[in-house]
Amino acid sequence: MRIWAAIRMTIVLTVLTGIAYPLAIAAAAHALFPRQAGGSLVTRGGTVVGSALIGQNFSDRRYFRGRPSAAGDKGYDAANSGGSNLGPTNKSLITAVAARVREVRERNPGVAGVPVDLVTASGSGLDPEISIAAADLQIPRVAKARGLDEDTVRKLVRANTEGRFLGLFGEPGVNVLMLNLALDRLRAGDRPAGS
Amino acid sequence: MLANAIIQIGLFTLLVTAISVPLGHYMARVFANEKTFLDPLLKPVERLIYRLGGVHPENEQTWVEYAVSMLLFSAAGMLLLYGLERLQGWLPLNPQAFGAVAPDLAFNTAASFTTNTNWQAYGGETTMSYLTQMAGLAFHNFVSAAAGIAIAIAVVRGFVRRNSKTIGNFWFDLTRATLWILLPVCVVMALALVWQGVPDNFAPYVRAKTVEGAVQTIAQGPVASQEAIKELGTNGGGFFNANSAHPYENPTPFSNLIELLAIFAIGAGLTHTFGKMVGDSKQGWALYGAMAILFLMGVAVCTWSEQSGNPMLARAGANEVASAAQSGGNMEGKEVRFGIVDSALWATVTTDTSCGAANSMHDSYTPLGGFIPLLDMQVGEIIFGGVGSGLYGMLVMAILAVFIAGLMVGRTPEYLGKKIEGREMKLAMLFILIFPLVILIPAGLAVVLPAGLAGVTNPGPHGFAQVLYAFTSASANNGSAFAGLNANTNFYNATLAFVMLAGRFLMKIPVLALAGSLAAKRSVPESAGTFPTNGAIFVILLIGVILIVAALTFFPADALGPIVEQLAMRHGHLY
Repeated sequence: MRIWAAIRMTIVLTVLTGIAYPLAIAAAAHALFPRQAGGSLVTRGGTVVGSALIGQNFSDRRYFRGRPSAAGDKGYDAANSGGSNLGPTNKSLITAVAARVREVRERNPGVAGVPVDLVTASGSGLDPEISIAAADLQIPRVAKARGLDEDTVRKLVRANTEGRFLGLFGEPGVNVLMLNLALDRLRAGDRPAGS
Repeated sequence: MLANAIIQIGLFTLLVTAISVPLGHYMARVFANEKTFLDPLLKPVERLIYRLGGVHPENEQTWVEYAVSMLLFSAAGMLLLYGLERLQGWLPLNPQAFGAVAPDLAFNTAASFTTNTNWQAYGGETTMSYLTQMAGLAFHNFVSAAAGIAIAIAVVRGFVRRNSKTIGNFWFDLTRATLWILLPVCVVMALALVWQGVPDNFAPYVRAKTVEGAVQTIAQGPVASQEAIKELGTNGGGFFNANSAHPYENPTPFSNLIELLAIFAIGAGLTHTFGKMVGDSKQGWALYGAMAILFLMGVAVCTWSEQSGNPMLARAGANEVASAAQSGGNMEGKEVRFGIVDSALWATVTTDTSCGAANSMHDSYTPLGGFIPLLDMQVGEIIFGGVGSGLYGMLVMAILAVFIAGLMVGRTPEYLGKKIEGREMKLAMLFILIFPLVILIPAGLAVVLPAGLAGVTNPGPHGFAQVLYAFTSASANNGSAFAGLNANTNFYNATLAFVMLAGRFLMKIPVLALAGSLAAKRSVPESAGTFPTNGAIFVILLIGVILIVAALTFFPADALGPIVEQLAMRHGHLY
């Protein structure tokens, strides 16, 4: 008798909270905020190039680079998120960071201190942002590789910087994918027939 | 930088306080079956649930009947989830065609979500179908939270009632917690999260062609609906492997603030529900004060340690100095949008409560920074705590505190007009002792057995900390992890599942027995010799008792993990 009640209540509450509630939210989300509900996807020329919220790999000198990623084998695997989970006294962590510092310095000559976020893996492995310092550091390289003056690039960096919420909560960051897309648009605008 | 930390943490604390009072009073009305503004909408649903469920909410239950209802309901839900996981390959809403979850992992996950732990030995986006996520996991997010609230209310009734055999009706408490508290908040919160960018769809994973021409598969799903209850119910089981560090679960500093507030809201509110129910709001504020002070102590140390950073990273050439252009500090395992303050704040909040969601990877914290989450769990998830479990856990500590105060003056201790006698103390001590018992013994075994050592992924004292953290998290029903530990093995799936079940049910039964025992007592009038439990002296005593019990129990183990590692890091020693 008691067991029967427990089973019946389980089924009733599953239907309410496990089926009706998520379906209702999905429907409302689709009606009110279709872009966000669909994953904030970004398209270029009709193809999906990624999501505005999800970081991706950049290696070309003409693009700003994001943070190191431990998601999946090659990094930025958006179907297998995660951090490195290396402990603070783990040799592997320190040698990896030292190697990344050397690489950043080689790619960006004249750099002194390397911002810590640019040489450490994010928690999600999909961090779409880098700090303002990490973006500023890359401006000369990207400007040179694209034949642009640094001020033009700097303006784009500022335009793709998200500040704190209400100026108080969180930290400012530069969205790497959106910044790089803006850079490519700039180029396309210069030479309408190109690329 | 210091100003940034103080402003964010201070504003957060103020917001929690501001929310907790009206929410607490509202919850008191809900469980007293008084009128609320949601009645016209929810009363018919409530009646329908009772009718379809075949339960009679007006039948008062003894503590044994209450406990049996709770246990049977948990068992049924656990079996349902296990079945869903094993059969998901044949069921709908599975666009990625995930097959059955392996038996040991399915058992571990079923135990984990039934106990409100949400320990995850799996990665959500690589393992679970959309149906399993919503009908299996999100369902438990609701009802395990509602059951926790129900028990807390039953315990408070034990203090309020006199010469009573009964402590309420489980089905009534469960249903009202779900309908009047969890669901309405979740609807609003889920939509706010979608607005901020949390996806909510049933589409297959998106194949994107990246700017540089590679293929990036982007996991999708009904994320927002699950995200809301995951925080509000202090569950913490992420839709994705990276949990609330994942930009789809927590895209902006605003979504982060909403989620943080949701984690603390009910636990903080219940202190005022308690104050209202016992007829003295200062009793509620005393518990609130003790919780808030412990929270602020933890968050200060954690933030300071993470902001100070890892000297070895600095030596490797990383600039960890905070400035207007970067948060600096130990950024391994943290997101840029949260920086140090929001990450350390979250790590503290999620372990003060039994939430266990993570917006940064605790495994990569500095030893001292990672010690705070561990310590938060070791004091028993009573700093606001799990929804419901935080309040009844804190009440047990309050009983211990008045007992110690009573011993000092040689007087039978009383709490809220009830004499605390042998039986109550035995039950309270049972509650307090089961908790470390199921942490320390299995953790000790895990570090000597090859099957346990096989899961350790960080060398040196940090490896021991991974194991200690896992069993602490399981017993405390928290679910956060030093996630490097490879826990998806037969050994860890089985042992941790057992510890989670013990940490939930072996502790709930003595606490319900305590409620029954208190309810049966008469009330003794306050006299000049009564130790007041609504003032500053009691708050200080309570904090002292909590810290001493945790330190006596766990200090030897902690010394071998985070404490020695902190010393090693400061001396530049690597493993």
